Order: sequence, then C-alpha cells, then structure tokens
Amino acid sequence: MLSIKNLQASVDDKEILKGLNLEVKAGEVHAIMGPNGSGKSTLASVLAGKEAYEVTGGEVTLDGKDLLDLSPEDRAREGLFLAFQYPVEIPGVSNINFLKTAVNEIRAYKGLGPMEAKEFLKLVKEKQKLVEFDAKLANRSLNEGFSGGEKKRNEIFQLAMLEPKLAILDETDSGLDIDALRIVANGVNHLRSKNNAFIVITHYQRLLDYIVPDFVHVLYKGKIVKSGTKELALELEEKGYDWLKESVDAEENAAI
Amino acid sequence: MITQVSSSLYHQLVAFFEEELPLKGYQEPLGSIRKEAFARFKDSGFPSLKMEDWKYTNLQPLINQHYRLNDSIPGRNVNIDKAVIGGLDTYRLVLVNGHYRKDLSDTITDSGVVVCAIEDGVTEHEFLSHFAKYADRTDNPLVALNTALHEGGLYIHIGKNVTLKKSVQIIHVASADEAVFNQARNLFVLDENAEAEIIESFISNDHSVSLNNTVSELVLKEGARLQHYYLQVADEKSRYLNHTEVKQARHSLYNNYNCSFPGSSFIRNNINVRLDDTAVESHLYGVTLTAQDQLVDNHTIVDHRMPHCESYEWYKNIAQDTSTAVFNGKIFVQPDAQKTNAFQQNNNMLIGDKANIFTKPQLEIFADDVKCSHGCTMGQFDEDALFYLKARGVGEASARVLLVHAFAFDVTEKFSNTHVRAYVDSLIERGLVID
Repeated sequence: MLSIKNLQASVDDKEILKGLNLEVKAGEVHAIMGPNGSGKSTLASVLAGKEAYEVTGGEVTLDGKDLLDLSPEDRAREGLFLAFQYPVEIPGVSNINFLKTAVNEIRAYKGLGPMEAKEFLKLVKEKQKLVEFDAKLANRSLNEGFSGGEKKRNEIFQLAMLEPKLAILDETDSGLDIDALRIVANGVNHLRSKNNAFIVITHYQRLLDYIVPDFVHVLYKGKIVKSGTKELALELEEKGYDWLKESVDAEENAAI
Repeated sequence: MITQVSSSLYHQLVAFFEEELPLKGYQEPLGSIRKEAFARFKDSGFPSLKMEDWKYTNLQPLINQHYRLNDSIPGRNVNIDKAVIGGLDTYRLVLVNGHYRKDLSDTITDSGVVVCAIEDGVTEHEFLSHFAKYADRTDNPLVALNTALHEGGLYIHIGKNVTLKKSVQIIHVASADEAVFNQARNLFVLDENAEAEIIESFISNDHSVSLNNTVSELVLKEGARLQHYYLQVADEKSRYLNHTEVKQARHSLYNNYNCSFPGSSFIRNNINVRLDDTAVESHLYGVTLTAQDQLVDNHTIVDHRMPHCESYEWYKNIAQDTSTAVFNGKIFVQPDAQKTNAFQQNNNMLIGDKANIFTKPQLEIFADDVKCSHGCTMGQFDEDALFYLKARGVGEASARVLLVHAFAFDVTEKFSNTHVRAYVDSLIERGLVID
C-alpha cells in the first residue's frame, strides 16, 4: 500500500527527515513513536502535502502512485487521510456542508456523481453512531468552540465518512482524557479492515493499549532507528528513549 | 467655491439648468425647491478628492465627459432576467434609467398602499412634508444636484398598520445607447406600524456608459418596520452614486442589507440613518465583493439624536484583483442620546495582491451614559484552513468558496429573507476569482 523510500524533507532549510524508509501493507497498523523533535509530525505533514515542507529526496508511493507529485487534495482523493494534531477551527463553515463537499469532490475524482442527499444523511447518521459523535456537533461550524476531545472525535468522524485507504493519526491521543481516548480508539478499531491501513503517531504507549499495532517504529533524528512489534512500545514505556538515542549517537560519532 | 472647473458635466448641467430649463419650466411647488438646490450645487460643484469623504473616490473621470441628460428611448425594451431571485415571489416594480415603467411592473393591490412615479407623487397627501426635507440637509453636493434636476424615481406610501403581503422588488435597469446621466429620486413613507420588505436590484443592459445619481429618502413613522435590501449586480459600464437618507420615529425598525458584487466599475453608496426619536432600532449590514478594477465605496452615518436607541452595523469587504473597497462608518451620539447602544464592526479580506481596502470607523460621542463599540480587521486567506480543507479532498476552488462564505456568514446569517440570502451566497460563489 504505502511505500516510503529514503525520504528526506526540510523546513526553512533545516533538514528534518534524513532518509526515512517505511513499508505499510493493507490491513496493518503501524505505530510511530519517538522523542520530541524527531520528525514524527513532519512525516505526517509531508505525506499530506503541506506546502511549508520541502521534499529534498526519496520517494513515496501509495498503491504504486507517486504521492509526492500530487496536490494535497488529490492525495486525499487517492485515499490518504491525516487526522490533525491540531484540527483547525473554521467558523461559518458547517461541518455537514464541508463533509458533503469533501465526499462529493472525492467521488467526482473517481468519476462518480454526487451522493443523494438521503443517502448522505444516512451515512452521516451511521458513522456518527459508529464513532459516538454528537449529532449536535455535526451541525455546528467546523470545530468552532469544540473542546480538544470533540475536535479529535470530529477527526475520527471525518475519517469514518471518507473511508480512506491509509489514515495517519498525528498524536490523536494528545489532550484526551481516558474516556475520550477509549471512544476515539473504539472508532478506529471499528474502521480497521483488511483493505485499509493506519499509521498511528504517538508519544505514549497508552493509546496502543486500545489500538493494538502490528508494528512499532522509533523515529529519531529523521530516521527510523528501530522497528519491532507491540512489545517494543512497552519496552520504551519502561526504559525511555535514552538507550536508543545513545546507541544512535554513538554510531554517528563512530562514522565521523 | 467651484472645485471642479475642469468638469465638462458641470458646465453641461449649468448650461442646461440656466438656458433650457426656463423654456421647459418646472411647476411650483417643486420649481423653487429645484432652483434653491441648484444654487447649492452650482456653488459647491462636484465633490473632489480634497474632501475627506471623497478621498479615495475620484469622480473626475466620470464627470469629465459629456452625457445625455435624458433617456433617448423612453419605452425601450429591457431584459430583467439578471434581477430574478430564485424562489421569491415579489411585487415587481421596474425602473428603466430611473423612469417607472408601469407596463413592466406589477400592480400592488394591498389596500392603503400608493405606488407611483415620483412626478405623480407631488399631489399625494404628505408628499411635500417629506420631499427634500432630509437628504438635502446633508452637505452632499450630489443630493443638491439630484433635487434640482431629478427625473424619474418612485413614490411609495404604505398606510397605517398595513403589512405588505409580498416583498416589493424594485429593479433599476440602466440601459443606454450613448452615455447617459440618470437622476432618479425616491421617497418611501411608512406610516405608523406599517411593515414592508423592499428589495432593490441594480442591473444594466450594458451598451453604453451610464452614470446614475440616485437619492432615496425613507420615512419610518412610529412602530414602522422596514427590511431594505440593495443588491448591486450591474455591469461594468454602469456607475452609481446612491444617497439614502432614513428618518426614523419612535419604536421603528430599519434594517438595511447592502450587497455589491463584481460588475459595475464605480459604486458609491451613502447610507445615513437618523435616529430621530427614542426607542429606535437600526441595523446596517453590508457584503462587498469586488473584482478587476472595480471601486465600491460605502459611507454610512448612524446618527443617534435621542435616548434609548440601538444601532448595529456590520460590513464585510472582500477585495480581489486590482479592485478597491472603501468603508467609512460614522456613528454620532448626540448630547441628548443617553443610554445609546451602538455597535459597529468591519472585517476585510484582501485577496488580490494589488487590491486596496480603505476603512475608517469614526465614532463621535457627545453623551456620557452610552455603550459604543467598534472593531475593524484586515486579513487574507487562512493558509491553515485552506490546507485543512484540501487535506479532506476539497479542491482549491471549493475551499476558497467555503472560506469566503464563512467570512461573509456573520452578515449573511442576519438576512431576514432566506431566498435573498441564498441568492447572495450564489453571487458570492460566482463572483470569486479562482486563479
């Protein structure tokens, strides 16, 4: 599904990603962990196509299609979804109108006509229930005045509505209390299937108790420095990152 | 002092008034009103850039040319499709180059309502107690000129306790084969507790240039309520100078919704509301979307003269390409106007790299027990919001439409008429320039 090879990216001439490799197959959940400033959110932004980030090398394909060549909207239409760490508030744009526009533009890209109003509302109801998203919130302005937890739940609601191939959750657990965390995780678990894949970016092992990953990767200094199974997350929780940092730094020094 | 010595229109008008008019002759009582007004105009001349209120709005190119001073083909055929508001059933009144065209208009059958051409209004009861009694008190030379030489326009009188069954839509059509100068004059009087919705659409059948200098006086008596829309959708060659003067009595409500869209190259609106009694409420809303070389200048005055009144003003400007939008909002709170509640907000979105927006909120408060606030913002597209929308598969064009709708939403949500609101939303969508 997703193939990242030797990805290098910088922002304001500062190199952040320094040759990152990752293969994600359909049906898999990958967790990406790592200390602050290691490049986790940069990876999410680069994949989604945020303009401030400049890709200086490497390649990314989604089902064989060159992702880096596409505009952000076309990446989304190809089936990429980024759940934002900080969802944007847009007063005056209704949640439902926005979703209808998004759904129909994705359909148009695939050569399908707009969804019938009735069918759309049915889908909205069904997905609201699935991710326990309050119907009242769905009718409000996009994220305006939402609490942190409500914003994150709205991201998962949008995820459910758009049914992407690959979803990247960028620190979706940050700022969530235990109940909200459980609701968000349940939503994601309901949406998991053998046809889609998830990349879960997080600081804490806690989220991975609920969304159990197939693989865990540690990102440090713009590269994946260690990969393993869910046990790696537990080990990190226990030991922190220092032991990994030390070995990477030691290798770097040896190279010099 | 004559400030516009080089204006060819000025000389043309002076010659017209002094040489031709005595032959044509104006009957009293309007004759002396016209004469007195013309003397004022002759004295002041057209406004110039040196005047604070006209600083950004240069009339010179408009008045430096020769115009026909009356319509060459009074009964001309016109197309009014552009003024149609989907789903809205109205009494339609059509004015072509200012002249009321009964043949194209609906008859309002509601009892207690008088609609006629302004020249036929003179004999109506009360006409003279209002005509030229309000707008002419301002120092706007264009009002004096209109009072002196107006031709065409409407007189509408809505009687006591009458609520109009349908909205009245006045369609102003500018249509000319050669450059024409139109000067319509309107007087709308709402008696005690009368209630109406008046929607004025400005369109053009653009063959040649027209300069339209229109003055409207509105009188709202005790408890009267008026929803008043200006929908400016005329084409490039039609230019507008509109002056609206509203006089309100106790417990009356006046709501003005002033919307301008890409098209007409020059629009200047003066909207003055005089809260002349206690417990008066006035709302002024505006949405201006400009494009290309357009200039849209909205000057408003909210004049609190008596205690316990409330005013609320919210204008939004969106300037694209090389266009210019001007907003000037004056609020006066006179010494007697204690317990005034006055609110003003102006938000601007500069989209075009070479677009200009000039904005000036002006509050002059002479009473000490009042609540007044004003705010003004200037911004551009929010890149984070654009990216968020795109990341959900929404394309650049739709994303911009969503964001501009969102920007205008604070104002459009206030529209009392949902059909007009949908119409305005669609005009915003069509008026957006997507590169």
